[in-house]
Amino acid sequence: MRNSLATELLFALSRPGRRAARFPDCDVPLQPLDELVPSQHLATADREKRPTLPELTEADVIRHFHNLSTLNMSVDTHFYPLGSCTMKYNPKRHERLAGLPGLVDLHPYQRINDQQGMLALLYDLQKMLAEISGLPAVSLQPAAGAQGEFAALLVASAWFRSRGESRSRVLFPSSAHGTNPASAAIAGFECLQLKEGTDGLVDLAELEQHLDENTAVFMITNPNTLGLFEQQIEEITEKVHAVGGLVYIDGANMNAIMGITRPGDFGGDMMHFNVHKTFTGPHGAGGPGAGPIAVREELSEFLPGPIVTSNLDDDGNPHFQLEDPPRSIGRVRSHFGNVGILVRGYCYLRTLGPDGVRDVARHAVLNANYLKSLICDLLPVPHGQHCMHEFVASAARLKEERDISAMDIAKRLLDFGFHAPTVYFPLVVPEAMMIEPTETESKRTMDAFAETIRTIAAEDPGFLHEAPHQTPVSRPDDVQAARHPVLSWTPEDGS
Amino acid sequence: MAYLFNTPDEIAAMLDAIGADSIDELFSQIPDRLQLDGPLDLPGGLSEPALEAHLRQLAAANSGTAARICLMGGGVYDHFIPAAVDEIASRGEFYTAYTPYQAEASQGSLQAFFEFQTLICQLTGMDISNASLYEAGTAVSEAVFMAMRVTRRHGRVVVLGSLHPEYQQVLETYLDNLECQLEIVATPNGFADVSIVSEALDDTTCCLVIQHPNFFGGLEDVAPLCQAAHDAGSLAVVCFDPLSLGLLKSPADCGADIAVAEGQALGIPAQYGGPFLGLLTCRKEFVRQMPGRLIGQTTDREGRDCYVLNLQAREQHIRREKATSNICTNQGLLALRATVYLALLGREGLNEVSQLCCRKAHYAAQRLAELPGIELMFDRPFFKEFTIRCRDGAKSVIDRAAAAGFDLGPTLARFPRLTASLGDAAAQETLLVAVTEQRTREEIDGLVDALATEPAKLSSQP
Ligand SMILES: Cc1ncc(COP(=O)(O)O)c(C=O)c1O
Repeated sequence: MRNSLATELLFALSRPGRRAARFPDCDVPLQPLDELVPSQHLATADREKRPTLPELTEADVIRHFHNLSTLNMSVDTHFYPLGSCTMKYNPKRHERLAGLPGLVDLHPYQRINDQQGMLALLYDLQKMLAEISGLPAVSLQPAAGAQGEFAALLVASAWFRSRGESRSRVLFPSSAHGTNPASAAIAGFECLQLKEGTDGLVDLAELEQHLDENTAVFMITNPNTLGLFEQQIEEITEKVHAVGGLVYIDGANMNAIMGITRPGDFGGDMMHFNVHKTFTGPHGAGGPGAGPIAVREELSEFLPGPIVTSNLDDDGNPHFQLEDPPRSIGRVRSHFGNVGILVRGYCYLRTLGPDGVRDVARHAVLNANYLKSLICDLLPVPHGQHCMHEFVASAARLKEERDISAMDIAKRLLDFGFHAPTVYFPLVVPEAMMIEPTETESKRTMDAFAETIRTIAAEDPGFLHEAPHQTPVSRPDDVQAARHPVLSWTPEDGS
Repeated sequence: MAYLFNTPDEIAAMLDAIGADSIDELFSQIPDRLQLDGPLDLPGGLSEPALEAHLRQLAAANSGTAARICLMGGGVYDHFIPAAVDEIASRGEFYTAYTPYQAEASQGSLQAFFEFQTLICQLTGMDISNASLYEAGTAVSEAVFMAMRVTRRHGRVVVLGSLHPEYQQVLETYLDNLECQLEIVATPNGFADVSIVSEALDDTTCCLVIQHPNFFGGLEDVAPLCQAAHDAGSLAVVCFDPLSLGLLKSPADCGADIAVAEGQALGIPAQYGGPFLGLLTCRKEFVRQMPGRLIGQTTDREGRDCYVLNLQAREQHIRREKATSNICTNQGLLALRATVYLALLGREGLNEVSQLCCRKAHYAAQRLAELPGIELMFDRPFFKEFTIRCRDGAKSVIDRAAAAGFDLGPTLARFPRLTASLGDAAAQETLLVAVTEQRTREEIDGLVDALATEPAKLSSQP
């Protein structure tokens, strides 16, 4: 049990005169500060009128955040079948290894000879991602999937420019993740959303109708957000290529196909990986991620840099350098990349090896199909016979027959100690519940989850509309939050 | 096999339930000719002990701050990280959770991020902080995009040449395909001249971007620069150093409309450049133009205070191509680290750490400048970082310092943009030195003694 002190805001816990961090006494001459820095730059007395940082002891801080942590669900504590997010187990060895001195404390401007171990690791990661994607050139710069999309779209536009073409349109199916259109827009493209076919796959006729000499890139997630492999992917890529466009593969769902098939082999020209999904970088309650991109050879000279390259020194040993590709679009962020996450991805791939990589995909797909088989009579899955790593079930029938919505089920699952699936996305399925168990869950967990869904479906709808009942809070008022945004604590509002 | 659960018996039972004969059958959606017929060409799998031995070997081939005393700067600093920061950030309930879309299952993260937003507002004096962006370069770019939306001016952005050259490069990339013209005002003296900047601003300029302390460590005349931007009807974007704010005027007090920063100094290790923490704050009237997640306070069904993702109609998952940014995954765990760090630091701690950095940096600058052949590059007030010019060349000084157990730098020659603006010869002779609260007088004296030794007598490292 927690008492209410435990979750009071830090600011309410603050007491004047308390201290946590203490620093050594100043051991250099104590000159007056305004002799060091002219007074016009120094904070004035006005500052005292402003709220300042709270005053707490270390024990206050630790107890506070420990208690807060217990209000969360997480992969370490709960089944977390959040579709499209690949919430797989995060191996503890990665945390220890990414924290090794020499890796965690390496300054990015260290001399090149003093970072050879790091560069060797990143070089090998580039090679491994090239092999998994079937696309030979990799940049590890992007900080997340969305930034990978953005960077690759700029690579595409630089490539078109280099050929004297200017193409302004990016196409994507309506089930595309929101980052696809958002990235296209900030990269300066016009967006065109295509309707899916009734089978949940790209509608070839619809695609063909919109392809023309103005088409720059077709962005496609494969397997798509419905958890289906786009079987006609070769025809799709041929058609896009036939009008001179490029195909971007959103690789967020690589967990289903790595080691089985490769974007480069099915006609993709560019793709991103989500290291924080497929290669088990922990999600950190929102981030960080890493979104490396891989592209075809002829696009490689436009990649964002730096890239790690290798040559042999006089003794025949590899020596690594950082280089910008010759016609690089430039940096998309400062420094090399989200290296801490890349190191974890490297550890994961070195643990799995080629067979392990393939087994991950096989078991992710097995688990998803198994869970689907357990609940599809109650929550029909409108698309596909078998699914890949995830499936989108619909609560439409339950809604109609018993007034139980996807949201009701999602919220009530929390009471039973299961994290909710992704709901109401993609929009093509009414009352959508997008469920992705991942390969690191057991049959037993999935059996229990399915059993719980059945229990919930038999419960009183009125009771479900008010779910969850056991969680620390229930059904926060989003409307009030948006109407009168309170985005920080202030002494007047706090109590 | 690594991290898989199901036994052969269970797999058989699962296939049975599915109605499939084999796992292969589940992949029948993938045309046969697209399926790989052999294993990928990847190195073989390693056991945990073997992996650890391998990583230790790789790590040993690098020099981190544990290997030598770090006086390196350029936006990444060796500040002390209290143990409590690592303790909280390594709780699985935080670091293995997803983005808090399900509020009832995520009150821990949501409240921590609400506290983060509050602490950043307290630190900067700004009205609103978002819940993090990737790092400072993208924060600068997002601030510029935001300024375009606020001012409805898409033609031009003016940036001081003293902004971190990598942030300049990122902004240039972000503007690559857009009409917006990027005007960089040269800062040959290591800081901007307000009257020259004023001339560069016009009625098509969406904003002026100022870094303070700037890349060279120097302080800018932020308030007059912000005023100049406002006089042109432009916004003032200030990129600040969070740990300077126990001493220096806050961005709000200087007149910033949008203030951004690299939050690495707030309890985040160097990690070869990331993951770091992009901060973005603004005046409250711009809130609906902000990029990134915002956490809001509200009440639940029973009237209890609680926290939710707020104003999501700005974001890509709702607004798609009309979103204020494409960011989805952000830097949540780093925001948590910063929250814990600032909570531990508190009001007094912040003042102390700012003052210690400032005093020690000035002591180091004074001692280094006493050495023959070394001088301060710019005659400009600074906070914790400064630029020195070395007659023997920056690289030779960095090598001699390293041989004596100290890391300095980077040299300005590392940045093509600066070589172009300062001239190659000057860039080859200049480097940054940053002094955090961690450095002792003894260390600084040791560095000075090492560099005082005749260079010829030391064999510099190959
Ligand atoms: C299909 C898909 N594409 C793109 C993204 C964006 O990736 P990120 O959140 O790493 O920016 C996601 C994940 O959120 C996704 O599920």
